[in-house]
Amino acid sequence: MTIIKSATEIVSAGTSEGGQELQLRADMSAKAVLRESGAVLRMSESQVASLADTQSEDQTMIINMGPQHPSTHGVLRLMLELKGETVLRCKPVIGYLHTGMEKTGESLTYMQGGTNVTRMDYASPLNNELVFSMATEKLLGIDGDIPERAVWIRMMLSELNRISSHLLFMATNGMDIGAVSMMLYGFREREEVLRFFQKVTGLRMNHNFIRPGGVAADLPAGWRDDVLGLLDALPERLAEYEILMTGQPIWRERLQGVGVITRDEAIALSATGPILRSTGLAWDLRRDLPYLRYDEVEFDVIVGSYGDAFDRYSIRLNEIRESMRIVRQILDRMPQGDYRIQDKKVTPPPRGRIDESMEALIHHFKIFTEGFKVPEGEAYVAIESPRGEIGCYIASDGSATPYRMHVRAPSFVNIQTMPLMMHGGLIADAVAVISSVDPVLGEVDR
Amino acid sequence: MTQTAGHVADDVRFVAKADYLKTLTALRSEGFEMCADLTAVDFLTHPGRPLSAEVASRITLERFELVVNLLSLSQRRRVRLRVQISESDTSIDSAFDLYPGTEAMEREVYDMFGITFTGHPDLTRILMPEDWIGFPLRKDYSQGNIPVQFKGAAS
Repeated sequence: MTIIKSATEIVSAGTSEGGQELQLRADMSAKAVLRESGAVLRMSESQVASLADTQSEDQTMIINMGPQHPSTHGVLRLMLELKGETVLRCKPVIGYLHTGMEKTGESLTYMQGGTNVTRMDYASPLNNELVFSMATEKLLGIDGDIPERAVWIRMMLSELNRISSHLLFMATNGMDIGAVSMMLYGFREREEVLRFFQKVTGLRMNHNFIRPGGVAADLPAGWRDDVLGLLDALPERLAEYEILMTGQPIWRERLQGVGVITRDEAIALSATGPILRSTGLAWDLRRDLPYLRYDEVEFDVIVGSYGDAFDRYSIRLNEIRESMRIVRQILDRMPQGDYRIQDKKVTPPPRGRIDESMEALIHHFKIFTEGFKVPEGEAYVAIESPRGEIGCYIASDGSATPYRMHVRAPSFVNIQTMPLMMHGGLIADAVAVISSVDPVLGEVDR
Repeated sequence: MTQTAGHVADDVRFVAKADYLKTLTALRSEGFEMCADLTAVDFLTHPGRPLSAEVASRITLERFELVVNLLSLSQRRRVRLRVQISESDTSIDSAFDLYPGTEAMEREVYDMFGITFTGHPDLTRILMPEDWIGFPLRKDYSQGNIPVQFKGAAS
């Protein structure tokens, strides 16, 4: 496929990174895709600081956006090189929320690890727990023995979490673009989903509910009605969103043609999730490398065609509908049975047994203090989070804590597409671009 | 049926440091269009790793191991490369020219492990402050026993 960026889209930046001539995209190596446009600002903080006093009228200007700007979604900071109102180059500066979670993960047992990873992508905690649990189970060699009910509960929670995460995107995207009432609507609907999570897991966020071996508890009485209530209420609300945003001329004006990325660029930059799908490539791990029982449910992979911010908005809106479709199928097929594996090594004995049996008490104590040992080896598992491919790489030395626990965070990787998307756009569009990437900084910085 | 996509065992390949870029180039033309993940492990306190006899005969285990997960969208499969990096020479070629998406990942590995990537356009710290001393994810960098560094604070 040959894609040529139009001349108006590329503003000659006159950078030290070489010529800025237009070339056929198809002829370019992956590195050229990035370098050709000179979209990335390669300057350290101290260099920028020393430049601050030497700017004159006709030069470009470097400004910092964030880390406390309201539309940077947390503590993302962008160093922008501007010519007038046009963004030439950009460098995302991250790390403000870095708390060394991967290092912390090395001192937590596999049993405790869930409490750590769930805090990374705080907008979709259950997907984090799921990928960590699946990696642990793969190392333990029990990934084929997880009870059916646990697998389907995991799938349902993962999909509901996708809904809540995309609703949060609807809210923040609306606010970033200026549809402030959308903020209230999005949060209102998301709260309904979180209320269900609270009923199931005890917490609105950071659940630590999906654990190695299954889930922490069975679904509470009346869960089916709650889910049905959610599914019945949402379509009407989504229709309202369509009226409020999709068809609205101002909304389209602000998003269409903004933050365009091509398929080759998205692949080269390792972008996944709605960003990759907005370029027209139907890549969804749920369908293409299925995990859990996604190969047994029917759903469509939503793709865009222009790779712009509007496509990414509509993809997320329609993914909510697809997730609802999946959840309905899960409701029909939810099997009975255990909600966690009956493997004494991994699963603590039920509370009732502790009062009766000394062995059960000891066993319970051992699992919660020492944890369970995981065979030596390494495993990488990836699933589709609302933001793209979230992966968990665990290297085990045979002890009860991971030797190394790494999370491939989709936001961390996706943020690299920002300079390219912003290049040549206006600074007001930069806000739309940040919003359409939908980064969660907890996951970016870990 | 298993829960994960890996019904078949993961495709893991041990690659010598000198052949790293060559292997990546070959894999990229084989259809692995995307570098999904790039990370490292510091095996300081756990030098031994289970290896097959074939691998053990040609690979010397070193302190650091670079782990690269490549993804083929067209063939729907993954391959994982494991590259040994010795303590005395912690530099390796950058994959940036082949996979620009590794830019942030390589910076993270540099930041956390002190592995330097030759040919990386902007190898600076990404998560830690610019003037941080030490590499936090190394095994000899323990939690808690290094004083917290504050920039510009009165001492």
